Amino acid sequence: MGQRTPLYQKHLDAGAKVVDFAGWDMPINYGSQIEEHNQVRTAAGVFDVSHMTVVDVAGNDACDYLRHLLANDVAKLDEAGRALYSAMLKPDGGVIDDLIVYRTSFGYRVVVNCATRDKDLAWMQEQTTGFEATVNERPELAILAVHGPISHEKAIGLLDANKAETVGTLKNFRGAELGDWFIARTGYTGEKGLEFILPAADAPALWDQLLAVDVKPVGLGARDTLRLEAGMNLYGQDMDETTSPIVSNMAQTIAWEPEDRDFIGRAAVTEQLNQQGQGALPALTGLVLEERGVLRAGQKVITDQGEGVITSGSFSPTLKHSIALARIPIDSTSCEVELRGKPTPVRIVQPNFVRFGKKVFE
Amino acid sequence: MTKIIDDLKYAASHEWVSVDDNGIATVGISDHAQEALGDIVFVELPEPGTTVNAKDEVSVVESVKAASDVYSPVSGEITEINEALLDAPETVNASPYDNGWFFKIAIGEEADLDELMDAEAYSDHCGDE
Repeated sequence: MGQRTPLYQKHLDAGAKVVDFAGWDMPINYGSQIEEHNQVRTAAGVFDVSHMTVVDVAGNDACDYLRHLLANDVAKLDEAGRALYSAMLKPDGGVIDDLIVYRTSFGYRVVVNCATRDKDLAWMQEQTTGFEATVNERPELAILAVHGPISHEKAIGLLDANKAETVGTLKNFRGAELGDWFIARTGYTGEKGLEFILPAADAPALWDQLLAVDVKPVGLGARDTLRLEAGMNLYGQDMDETTSPIVSNMAQTIAWEPEDRDFIGRAAVTEQLNQQGQGALPALTGLVLEERGVLRAGQKVITDQGEGVITSGSFSPTLKHSIALARIPIDSTSCEVELRGKPTPVRIVQPNFVRFGKKVFE
Repeated sequence: MTKIIDDLKYAASHEWVSVDDNGIATVGISDHAQEALGDIVFVELPEPGTTVNAKDEVSVVESVKAASDVYSPVSGEITEINEALLDAPETVNASPYDNGWFFKIAIGEEADLDELMDAEAYSDHCGDE
């Protein structure tokens, strides 16, 4: 038996097929992954992502500490509630994890992946040396993500008047502290949505209320196809400690200015960006297969410029053909993937396939 | 628990076989197999007229999760394929023993059927996995 979220029994009640996910017993689907995927693209679904790790950072130097720790710059968060996506790098530029950081009244709230929890916490703690900053995990909090074109109406309708008014006026990539709940317009699907970070004891009731207004439970299977369609990386698959953000389509999440900000990995990624410009490093890009067949992680890609590999691949339920993220030589213009022994031409596109229910690449 | 139909024969690789009075076998994949694969998104079928041996790979199913070969449980000649699966592969999930059949084959070697399991043996086989 693995670790369980406060909603474990709710998943069983909803007919979940439960699998091990990094030591957690999590719902992979509740029947059909494709139906759950389509539910999020066309209506509203709820994910239990309480397995993710919430870490609060406080102290007089919290800002300076995070400006050193993260490749993106928390100085951009000019008011409480604003959110930022960032990589956390090793000195050699390898990606320790990717995360979301919110500015809060007490400092910052960081949400990191669950599979990387132990090393993240150890690293974050170690880097506090020389800063007046504290790093506190908040395992007593649950996270529910409600996503889909009608997710806001559905979820806001369940809140008391005070919360509803605040959440109703939230801009994208912003959150609000409402008592011991934190509600933010962030997510991992490419649809409108809200994430609720709340005490574990409050989570089952919110889950029940959401299901009662026809928000459907969505498993980790659909979460993966939704994020892939949205062109979002999955840590451990599209990037890890052996890959630089430069070869992981994350260069735009690095804050290069101001030049004197000394973040961990800065020298390495600066050099890696130069190397990529000279063609010495590959890039993470999108692939599309419009005929039958499914691109899968690990498949070899042969381009006119050399070889590469698929890092994430699946059938896209929205587009009804296969899509993938692949790390291939830069300036590749044509490419093939060997599918079941047969070299098959695939198209190279920007790594962003679906937003707000619609195809976005040419 | 997945459904296992009593009067069918089953291969260890999870195909089912139903034989009619004319020696024509209808082949599909079991409920256990479709459940394990998850949502099926593509099905590749053999060409009618092809002669195959027992345990040859004759068909492929791709689900959101994985690609999987389908083997012919018996030798013989493919006589008919379920073309509806090409446009509606999800039929295999919804109706594995009925509308989700894959192909029909004129049995070349009756003895191949003796290699297959009955429902009870197949149930044990699934339980052991």
